Amino acid sequence: MVTHRIIPCLDVDEGRVVKGVKFKGIRDAGDPVDLARRYNEQDADELTFLDIGASHKSQQTMLNVVEQVSKEVFIPLTVGGGIRTVDDMQKALRAGADKVAVCTAALKDPQLLAQGSHAFGAQCIVLSIDAKKEGDSYYAFTHGGRNNSGKDAIEWAVEAEALGAGEILLNSIDRDGTKIGYDLELTEAISSRVQIPVIASGGAGTLRQLLEGVTDGKADAVLLASLLHYGEFTIADIKAHFSKHEVAVRW
Amino acid sequence: MIGILDYGAGNLHSVRKALDFLGVQHRIVQQPSEMDGLEKAILPGVGAFEASMVKLHERGLVEPTVNWIRDDRPFLGICVGMQMLFTSSEENPGVAGLDVFPGEVRRFDHRKVPQIGWNKVYATGESPLLKGIDDGAFFYFLHSYYCKPKQSTVESGRSSYGIEYTSMLHRGNTHAVQFHPEKSAANGLKLLQNWVEL
Repeated sequence: MVTHRIIPCLDVDEGRVVKGVKFKGIRDAGDPVDLARRYNEQDADELTFLDIGASHKSQQTMLNVVEQVSKEVFIPLTVGGGIRTVDDMQKALRAGADKVAVCTAALKDPQLLAQGSHAFGAQCIVLSIDAKKEGDSYYAFTHGGRNNSGKDAIEWAVEAEALGAGEILLNSIDRDGTKIGYDLELTEAISSRVQIPVIASGGAGTLRQLLEGVTDGKADAVLLASLLHYGEFTIADIKAHFSKHEVAVRW
Repeated sequence: MIGILDYGAGNLHSVRKALDFLGVQHRIVQQPSEMDGLEKAILPGVGAFEASMVKLHERGLVEPTVNWIRDDRPFLGICVGMQMLFTSSEENPGVAGLDVFPGEVRRFDHRKVPQIGWNKVYATGESPLLKGIDDGAFFYFLHSYYCKPKQSTVESGRSSYGIEYTSMLHRGNTHAVQFHPEKSAANGLKLLQNWVEL
């Protein structure tokens, strides 16, 4: 039985880990290499790095961070943020990433998923969906949650799987940093429509809410940031809680 | 000196970094002549069966790899590098594998595919690679297909993902693992160290 994964997420801007609420109100949370080491020692199952800085310099700094982390942390690393081309994917993989996450660029040109999948294998390509509810539907947003692409988030997940995405990282913009729990309706809707693994992200504030992401949202993994960065829980706390409720974890 | 066969696999650098971390000398092999003087060879893997076989052919590495294994020289296949040792794969019907282990590579058909994550490996034979590692230890898996050897005696480790399947192989000096030791934290590094020290 494959276990459910606990994935710390490091939002990196100009070489520092930062975290905001609803994608805004950013504050500093530390040095990415130090945090990566700490989470690895705590038995994190993977690590995700998202470059939220817009500049070219920020991207280069991110690649340096990944390069350094991959020399001493031997668990899977995902890199996202600002990846627009197959060449960008190649650079991230060369630096030491095992998977790359794409969001805005894939919405602009869905063939990027097919090209990446062909070049590096589907297991390498993570589609990140920043979803927000408007009316009765969920839409996929671009540019860090600023613009509505007009695409239905659930249909987009299905389309992305067909194009060659190997995993879906689902972020709820409405719930990001709110600590009111994952958007379980959205998570379950996507997880039940695709065969590839779904990672729940955005909104969990308690151990119970994290667990609900898996039990009710049917997610295969949970991704979290500020709860870990600010020491509210350790990864061991989460795994102990999951185990107690008979959700398999690497333990 | 350990040679890492380079056929364009995405995780070649991860394998290199793990060997660097262990302080082991290694070099990248992109053509047959570069296999001269090697003591051990690793066939790493991430990617599709056909694309990997095509690239290995293009670099002229198919025959040297088959001979290497037939001569029972120390070898480690990882993930697709394990699957390529088989006769064929459902991933790309009609594409010939290296066929040093008779059998087929099949697709998981009743679970989330790919299997991505940490799963347990139970020893089913005598594998020196598992020395000092708990039975049922966790390793990181990332695959949609699994190996089904014709001879069950070559299996040295088993895992479960909806079905029970072979996750480790061992015959003489040939070893292969379906998981990624280079991404399996302390257990993975220990397994690589065990192989290096054989």
